[in-house]
Amino acid sequence: MPAVQETVERVKRIDVDQYRYGFETLIESEKAPKGLSEEIVKYISQKKNEPDWMLQWRLEAYRRWLTMQEPTWARVDYPKIDFQDLYYYAAPKPKKTVSSLDEIDPEILKTYEKLGIPLREVAMLEGVEPKPGEEDPARRKIAVDAVFDSVSVATTFKAELKKAGVIFMPISEAIREHPELVQKYLGSVVPTSDNFYATLNSAVFSDGSFVYVPPGVRCPMELSTYFRINERNTGQFERTLIIADKGSYVSYLEGCTAPQRDENQLHAAVVELVALDDAEIKYSTVQNWYPGNSEGKGGIYNFVTKRGDCRGANSKISWTQVETGSAITWKYPSCILRGDNSRGEFYSIAISNGYQQVDSGTKMIHLGKNTSSRIISKGIAAGKSQNTYRGLVTAHRKATGARNFTACDSLLIGDKCGAHTVPYIEAKNSSATFEHEATTSKISEDVLFYCIQRGLSQEEAVGLVVNGFVKDVLQQLPMEFAVEAQKLISISLEGSVG
Amino acid sequence: MALLEVKDLKVRVEEREILHGLTLTVNEGEVHAIMGPNGSGKSTLSHVIAGKPGYEVTDGQILFRGEDLLEMDPDERAAKGVFLAFQYPVEIPGVTTMNFLRTALNAQRKARGESELMVPDFLKKVREVSKSLNIPQDMLKRGVNVGFSGGEKKRNEVLQMALFEPSLCILDEMDSGLDIDALRIAADGVNALRSPGRAMVVITHYQRLLNYIVPDVVHVMSRGRVVKSGGKELALELEASGYAQFEDAA
Repeated sequence: MPAVQETVERVKRIDVDQYRYGFETLIESEKAPKGLSEEIVKYISQKKNEPDWMLQWRLEAYRRWLTMQEPTWARVDYPKIDFQDLYYYAAPKPKKTVSSLDEIDPEILKTYEKLGIPLREVAMLEGVEPKPGEEDPARRKIAVDAVFDSVSVATTFKAELKKAGVIFMPISEAIREHPELVQKYLGSVVPTSDNFYATLNSAVFSDGSFVYVPPGVRCPMELSTYFRINERNTGQFERTLIIADKGSYVSYLEGCTAPQRDENQLHAAVVELVALDDAEIKYSTVQNWYPGNSEGKGGIYNFVTKRGDCRGANSKISWTQVETGSAITWKYPSCILRGDNSRGEFYSIAISNGYQQVDSGTKMIHLGKNTSSRIISKGIAAGKSQNTYRGLVTAHRKATGARNFTACDSLLIGDKCGAHTVPYIEAKNSSATFEHEATTSKISEDVLFYCIQRGLSQEEAVGLVVNGFVKDVLQQLPMEFAVEAQKLISISLEGSVG
Repeated sequence: MALLEVKDLKVRVEEREILHGLTLTVNEGEVHAIMGPNGSGKSTLSHVIAGKPGYEVTDGQILFRGEDLLEMDPDERAAKGVFLAFQYPVEIPGVTTMNFLRTALNAQRKARGESELMVPDFLKKVREVSKSLNIPQDMLKRGVNVGFSGGEKKRNEVLQMALFEPSLCILDEMDSGLDIDALRIAADGVNALRSPGRAMVVITHYQRLLNYIVPDVVHVMSRGRVVKSGGKELALELEASGYAQFEDAA
């Protein structure tokens, strides 16, 4: 079955529950003792069999973190987090290196199957390899790295990627197998001292994905990582590092889900992208962490630092995100446009419902000459949620000819939610051209009634109108995921009207 | 059994009574015109039949093939065959007309327990109908009514009517905002849909529209009631003498 069709079929099986990923996998796990200390940092490093330089890097970050304060400038409100009341490491037991999927705990495989993520390479191919030269575009392969709580449990299509020279593996493995690459690039985009959550992540991150695409290589398939938080009271701190060497191209997608729980869970990830001369990275996220229940209880606190560095001339980094989950979202995927003629893009759909609070946006930092950036942000607020776009566009003195176009559109559903737009614009040279457009509108009763008169239910009508509103951004997603994202948007807004 | 029976209908909007006991019976195959001055309650009647929120029915009944229409949600009414051609069709940015038509048609079919129409069959049907209405294919790829002219919007309403095959079509001020050529095209489209199994209720201010869509029955509404009913010649009479004569009757 072609992947698109498979996605469609899978989406059809979605049950009516608002959050369909809320189940818990009962599995024995190995956890570090609760709390955070140098001992815990050492424990994590040891569990991962890390070289000493990595441990020292972590410890430095930890010591720095002790001196830092949580940021309070975002438009989000939550009780103070007790960082000593969390587990910083959890791994499914028994922990051993797995060489084939058959060695993975069947419970975990079942979990990913339930989530609709095919870990078995054969499942994606339906057992039939297209003959060489007979590429069937509808049967595109997607390599998956699955991260369960703190560790990567499976990475598919490793061999085939290796043939192309692409390295795609858990970062914990990359630290051991490709230390020269990791040492060169880790922390080079988001330094260990960057911000409270990024620094915490640097000290305790346990796994994540590592991608290296060698010069001139176009990665032969989509790469993706699925993050799953399962354990109770456990923070998830994943670290992703993607390097596109000169003239290469890679498209990467991450998906996130978590069980439904009454307490809040912390997720503080760091993603670093490096694009060298003429390279392009396309990074897409479908974030569907548990958003909390209808009374605002539970849900994930999502404090994430994502940054891409267009380090080389003519490089390009494009972020696309569909944000529907999390109780609190604090996230600004950004681009540093360092190379001359480099390009940065940010396409975002942020949906908030219930008591969700979203403070999200981007930073486009123009450093090189003739750099350009484009921001398309679509915020949708429903229920009693607050949805803020916060963005920075800045051109430095030497960034002559910098160009930016920003369009921020907000859609309100109901009268108890809020949409806010906070753009910061700085131009330090007179040749920069920045355009900013913003609109806020309410979903119109007349439009809904028109759709309903034509036979759509209230919810179908809202879904249709909203999907129209976000269309420009959905088109940026790889096709298989656009279908899923579209359905997800409708589900996220269930019960938002009437 | 009549297709539509409105019996002694009383309707309020925000404490103000708009319809004061309106009665109307429409049989299959008939075309009824409802004429009346501004504020006589014509559009209110069409909205209440279609189930638009914001209206409070305080008394009376609306039966559709003997079933209580007021008990049904508006989307159920649509699936049962009630179609309202809007006076001001809305714009839905980002949703192509083609996608909208298919989503709506399949929603109705699903509600009736029918299978979804296969894409090739659907496309064939849309092409046929849009050709007869002089609707270019590229219009179907644009957002619903986005950037459409007044005439195009009304033709899009007729296109939907042809596609959904409702048994009751209510045309609310179809002639508003149309020049004479656009009106003729839209009216030809409507006339092509007249059939023994389908009834139409044509709401209009002006006799002009009724030159193109010739009714079987004409009703005059004034102050929330039907004050006179007659044949098509009643429309001409109104055109000559105006609505004033009925103000007292109400």
